[in-house]
Amino acid sequence: MKSTLFKKIKDNEMFKRIKISSLLKKIKNGSPKLLKKTKNEYLGRSVVTVFGFFIIILTLLITGFLIYKGIGTFVVQKHSIFEFLFSNKFAPQDIVGSTQKGQVGAAVFIAGSIIISLFALLIATPFAIAAAIFINEISPRLGKRFLQPAIEIFVGIPSVVYGWIGLSILVPFIANIFKLPYGFNVLSGAIVLSLMIFPTITSISVDAIRNVPIEYKEASYSLGSTRWQMIRRIQIRSALPGILTGVVLGLTRAFGEALAVAMVIGRREQFPKFNNGFLDGLLSATSTLTSKIASDMGNTVTGSEWNNALWSMALLLFIISFLFIILIRFLSRKGSRQKV
Amino acid sequence: MNKIHKRAKIADKTATIILYITASFFILLLVVLTGYILFQGFRAVTPQLLGFSGDGIGIQLFNTIYLVLISLIISVPIGICAGIYMAEYSRPGRITNILRSSIETLSSLPSIVVGLFAFLILVEATHMQYNLLAGAGAVSILSIPLITRVTEDAIRGVPDSYREGSYGIGATKWQTIVKILIPSALPRIITGIILAAGRGFGEAAALIYTSGMSSDIDFSNWNPASITSPLNIFRPCDTLAVHIWALKAEGIASNSQQIADLSAAVLVILVFLFNLGSRFLGRFITKKNSI
Repeated sequence: MKSTLFKKIKDNEMFKRIKISSLLKKIKNGSPKLLKKTKNEYLGRSVVTVFGFFIIILTLLITGFLIYKGIGTFVVQKHSIFEFLFSNKFAPQDIVGSTQKGQVGAAVFIAGSIIISLFALLIATPFAIAAAIFINEISPRLGKRFLQPAIEIFVGIPSVVYGWIGLSILVPFIANIFKLPYGFNVLSGAIVLSLMIFPTITSISVDAIRNVPIEYKEASYSLGSTRWQMIRRIQIRSALPGILTGVVLGLTRAFGEALAVAMVIGRREQFPKFNNGFLDGLLSATSTLTSKIASDMGNTVTGSEWNNALWSMALLLFIISFLFIILIRFLSRKGSRQKV
Repeated sequence: MNKIHKRAKIADKTATIILYITASFFILLLVVLTGYILFQGFRAVTPQLLGFSGDGIGIQLFNTIYLVLISLIISVPIGICAGIYMAEYSRPGRITNILRSSIETLSSLPSIVVGLFAFLILVEATHMQYNLLAGAGAVSILSIPLITRVTEDAIRGVPDSYREGSYGIGATKWQTIVKILIPSALPRIITGIILAAGRGFGEAAALIYTSGMSSDIDFSNWNPASITSPLNIFRPCDTLAVHIWALKAEGIASNSQQIADLSAAVLVILVFLFNLGSRFLGRFITKKNSI
């Protein structure tokens, strides 16, 4: 028994040193069981490696195709990037190979996306941090039993359902309160979005606050702080990189959300009227990158100026989500350095 | 007691009260929201609305489950294998870094962008109409990073003593993975898969340009090659979530509001059931393994 075990260990060692073909030849005559084992070993390893690499290939494919389709506006129709990013005139041609040039300014949609996501963050972040503090410090018992399951359910509700609720409750409600003909506006969109991103921010903030070393807390208490002082000056401050990671993740989700926003934003191609005052801005209908893609893509002809402009917007969304990832990496590196 | 002390104590009490109010506000909000969705959905439900003909949503319910099932058949093997690779075979270095960045990129992609990509590859390039397989492909792209990450975490979470024990009695690495690591990581992997499925049920943005917004199927035709058969994966298919969107965008039936309400309610119940199921199953398997 002992000697066979020893032999197996020796054989395992041999994997590393001897070429696989010669090893296979050697054990072919000796032990068929060991042969099968060796084959499985290498087969399994190859299969999982192939699938690992498949993910890289898939990502490269998506990136490649998005770039290929997205630069059509600038290469085929020869619009300037400046026009795409900063002009507010969007009237592209929908004929392939047309010599007439339309306008592909996407500034309205870009501004709409940014404004609505920022407002959603502004609403969601304070609530999310409050919920995270509640779960960690104020009442972990109630938090674990009620608030955390509730947040998980919030995550589970599909985005279309949020949009639908927004459409059937929030939009009429806002029209009613502000005496407007329609309630489709930035405010409705931001509220719906904030409901969707609040669980993301909360669950990451909960982890961030939980990971603050307990010594910090003890030191703060022993210096005579009240609980709120400890939370405000010690926990939130040390958990800040983690909380910010959650905020950026929420922002990523808000930026990429399409249908729920499209349902309540009004989809009008104009800037929110913030020049008439803050409230007017909040209460004006606008459009976002995602809602424009969702509503127009089906009506365009492949390769036309209009179609290409929509692909350029998709490329822009991709670039923005990539920038957010870099930001998150930066934040998490900062967080881990702080802990050392 | 001096003034600063007093002020600090008042601030502490106020903050506590405000935090309690916020927490109860959220629970109340959830109760009201789900209550509203369910009440509104089932308020005037008739058997016909739940059925498989006319304006019933039975077809969409079937499509939703079928599409998610197909997408799991695609994404689970890929996700689990990639997760095993990440946890057991990858060595720190440039390639692992690229793989990790790829997973992050995939998981933060806006779903509409994924939908456009799947449209390009699986609908336009193949010269087909909107089809179920394209939709399942799009949902798979969304769930692969999720399943990969869960699998990696779960396998990394298995105590090293398990590995040592397995190697100690002469198992190879692959035997250790298949017979020791995967079974002990299974509860967490299954929980992750079910959560991915739950996300798939609610996905709509990635589906409107891949699997389409309508379906024309005949439930007496079970020949998978026929275009009207429910089993055909190359037919157009609209899921519940897409149905809600379509009813909002182009609902012309007089009761489209009611159908959308009912669809939302059924969808929410479906997601709840899956979340509950994942917890229950996770607990069940843990219990079974521990004996």
